[in-house]
Amino acid sequence: MAAYIIRRVLIMLLLLLLLTLIVFVLFSLLPADVARLTCGKICTDQTIELNRIRLGLDKSVFEQYWLFLSALFVGRTYGIGDGAIVCEAPCLGWSFTKSEPVLELILQRLPTTIFLALGAFVLFLVGGVLLGVYSALKRGGWQDRTITSVALIGYSLPSFFFGLVVIYFVIIRWQVLPFPQYEHPWDDPVQFLQTMILPWLVLAILYAAFYTRLTRSQMLETLGEDYIRTARAKGLPERTVIRKHALRAGLTPIVTAAGLDLAGLLGGAIILEAVFSLPGLGGLAISSVVNPDQAILVGITLVTATFIIVANLIVDILYAVIDPRVRVA
Amino acid sequence: MSDPTATSSQDIVEVDDLRVHFPVRSRGLFPRVIGQVKAVDGVSLRIPSGQTLGLVGESGCGKSTTGRAILRLAPITSGSVRLEGRDVTELTRQQLRPLRREAQMIFQDPFTSLNPRQTVGTIIAAPFRIQGVEPPGGVASAVRELMDRVGLNPEHVNRYPNEFSGGQRQRIGIARAIALRPRLIICDEPVSALDVSIQAQILNLLAGLQDEFGMSYLFIAHDLAVVRHVAQRVAVMYLGRIVESASRDELFSAPLHPYTFALMSAIPVPDPVAQAARERIVLSGDPPSPLDPPPGCAFHTRCFKAQDRCRSDAPALREMGDGHQVACHFPMAEPATDPH
Amino acid sequence: MSHDFLQINDLRVSFPTDDGVVRAVSGLTLSVGRGETLAIVGESGSGKSVTAQAIMGLLNPLATEIDGRILLDGVDLLACDPEHRRSMRGSAMAMIFQDPLSSLHPFYRVGDQLIEAVRIHQDVTKKEARTQAIDGLRRVGIPDPERRVDDYPHQLSGGMRQRVMIAMALINGPQLLIADEPTTALDVTVQAQITDLMMDLQQQTGTTMIVITHDLGVVAEMADHVCVMYGGRVVEYGTTDAVYYRPSMPYTRGLLASVPRLDGAYDEHLDPIPGNPPSLIRPPSGCVFHPRCREREAVPGDLCSTVEPDLVTAGPDHRARCHLLTEGTP
Repeated sequence: MAAYIIRRVLIMLLLLLLLTLIVFVLFSLLPADVARLTCGKICTDQTIELNRIRLGLDKSVFEQYWLFLSALFVGRTYGIGDGAIVCEAPCLGWSFTKSEPVLELILQRLPTTIFLALGAFVLFLVGGVLLGVYSALKRGGWQDRTITSVALIGYSLPSFFFGLVVIYFVIIRWQVLPFPQYEHPWDDPVQFLQTMILPWLVLAILYAAFYTRLTRSQMLETLGEDYIRTARAKGLPERTVIRKHALRAGLTPIVTAAGLDLAGLLGGAIILEAVFSLPGLGGLAISSVVNPDQAILVGITLVTATFIIVANLIVDILYAVIDPRVRVA
Repeated sequence: MSDPTATSSQDIVEVDDLRVHFPVRSRGLFPRVIGQVKAVDGVSLRIPSGQTLGLVGESGCGKSTTGRAILRLAPITSGSVRLEGRDVTELTRQQLRPLRREAQMIFQDPFTSLNPRQTVGTIIAAPFRIQGVEPPGGVASAVRELMDRVGLNPEHVNRYPNEFSGGQRQRIGIARAIALRPRLIICDEPVSALDVSIQAQILNLLAGLQDEFGMSYLFIAHDLAVVRHVAQRVAVMYLGRIVESASRDELFSAPLHPYTFALMSAIPVPDPVAQAARERIVLSGDPPSPLDPPPGCAFHTRCFKAQDRCRSDAPALREMGDGHQVACHFPMAEPATDPH
Repeated sequence: MSHDFLQINDLRVSFPTDDGVVRAVSGLTLSVGRGETLAIVGESGSGKSVTAQAIMGLLNPLATEIDGRILLDGVDLLACDPEHRRSMRGSAMAMIFQDPLSSLHPFYRVGDQLIEAVRIHQDVTKKEARTQAIDGLRRVGIPDPERRVDDYPHQLSGGMRQRVMIAMALINGPQLLIADEPTTALDVTVQAQITDLMMDLQQQTGTTMIVITHDLGVVAEMADHVCVMYGGRVVEYGTTDAVYYRPSMPYTRGLLASVPRLDGAYDEHLDPIPGNPPSLIRPPSGCVFHPRCREREAVPGDLCSTVEPDLVTAGPDHRARCHLLTEGTP
């Protein structure tokens, strides 16, 4: 088991390295002239050229990549002399539009995104799995049919539309909640909850629909397995049969989907963060597109992709925890 | 020493020292070969024209892989396979195509071996289509004739496999296999998935077809009683090797290998009094894994006659007279006349 | 026969489907004496497995209609409180299945599955249950049970897995053991080990056993009584000797004539039963076997295709469902 994890971690590090290369090369292929973008309103050809040298854009892509990669470990200084900007290690790049290190910007926004993702994750996973199990147990009954139809609708709702509808009714028409104004929970927990409850619910409903369907089909499959019959033949109460024998066996694909969905959400629920004006990674990403800042986009892409790769690793390790047959290899 | 496997023009199939080894790879991003499963490990056999060779053994003994390798449906590691005197071991995919006219296969599971989206007519006509053969009177009438011959109602030509019972589906598989009048059919456990009363129907059908068309069968099965019923010659496999081979009568009246002996005694006969009176040898343990075969004679871990020599030396297949061959240091009986 | 340990009266099991109602068991009456081994023989669709699952209460109540009475040691299983019935499963009656690999949960250690079985029915600590589990494994001939108890099912061979299933079934000392095709999925040499083990254990414990199988050899080896099922009905019942040596129903005769025997003549002629098993949605009228029966000429008129025969006496402790016995011309 330990050897398995170590091997997987090594492979993951290799993948991350490859990832930085791919992201870097992809962005450097874009037609945008970064030197001009970072130059600001009053711009002469001379400053553009100066910027170009300061950013290292005069060098080859691979030299630039090396600068970028080494910056992660030893930091990087842009330019020389008085105008030099020092970005300390670990340096993920420098935002010239915001005059801050990219990592700093991301770390500022990350807590909001993490709170949003984790809250929604718990809600949709618990809700989806419970509804899915219930639906499978009532297979063919009116409860099953209702849940399946509602899940299908939830599954096909576009998030911005659903989010706006909820804001319109709950906040504007009925005025049940104040207008969203994000505060960190350690600053103002009540305000935090009031702001987060709607985006949590909206995300949870959208995602739970998928987990309900997945859990239902998994349960129906495992409930037909021979070992479920054995569990019943032992005289186990139906509750235990479902929880300990059927659900555990059907868990693997749910874990896979949940791990990847959580990683995706951690990269920022871009549209929903914008709809609810949450200062998360999604908002940062949008602002960096509107007011172009390639350094931030590279940083966010890398962080998001890292989340997904790490989530993959955790999912694979969980596989081995869940299913002993995976451990042998 | 005279070669007991000498070529004879009468033999449809000549297999010599056939080996099928599958590499075992580690899992992960960069799989390495960490071992070999010697599924078939030095098998030689002959199938005389118009006769049936029974190939018996337990799961994992390599009997099915042997059958598949003869049709080149399993990768041959070494050794040679000759069909009607032609070496087919090295043929390419293209060159193999005409071979499919001469040799066909019937599978165990009549539920998964037929395409559920094709009508019975399409399934049975497939060999004509693939080989580009136009039978006299046309494909449609040939299909109807075939259906009638295997005991299916030709009016059901447009039905789908799921509308048929297990026994009827096996008949469909047989009709497809005999469409081009092959010289050889590999029957891989053709009746083990069927109900008892249906098994006999299929066995009788196969026997009738053999009489009519003079085909040879390689009949692969784990059920000794069935093999005894259909085969003229029987080979017993254990862990990738033939451990005993003899004419049917010889093998069942005087088995020489302790494994064959135990296998026979393990099968209860459907007769309460006779069964109670039978001598029984119940082997301990399960067949070993082909991934990690025991040293020496592979059977020594379960053998009731094993001695020290069996744990180190693998016995070769030797002639015991009358074409009765056995791979055992201490067979159930020594040959009546010493060949040396 | 009040002394009978298990008594089934007019059991009917049906499954409503989109194509119509599948009548899997139609009026089955059967009794098994204490300590006896009854074999139920039949082909797929004969209703033998459904009968077993009806006794155990393993059929999905939402998708099944069950009628009739099943008395186990005087307790009416179909009428009693479901919770009481659940508590009898695994303690008063237990079951083993055809495929031991798929019947054991792949994610739990063998020991944990045994311990779970112990602790549902006995108020013991985990440690005591583990001791019982190890003893149970030893009793079914698993070498080194102290180590094997921590194995996962995939680490055991096919024969070992079936031994684990037997150990699990017997761990609470049931009075009735139902074995549904216990050897079918196993290798020939392992089959013999398992039948031997089951017979030995029955000798020791006196457990009443129902063996469901299609293998007439296994029946001859293990059973005191045989019940032959066809199309959801009992068509013949009797001592094993009576049924094998004096089969009184053409189906039983056909079955016996269609298996090749290891001790038969070399060029033994197989005489298969023509045709295919009946539809359980629209079963044939009259005798359910009549479309495949080659002996119906011996019965006058169209009795076989119009009137379903009763299970009538064919000899001492021997009954069969055939018009030949009452109307046949000898």
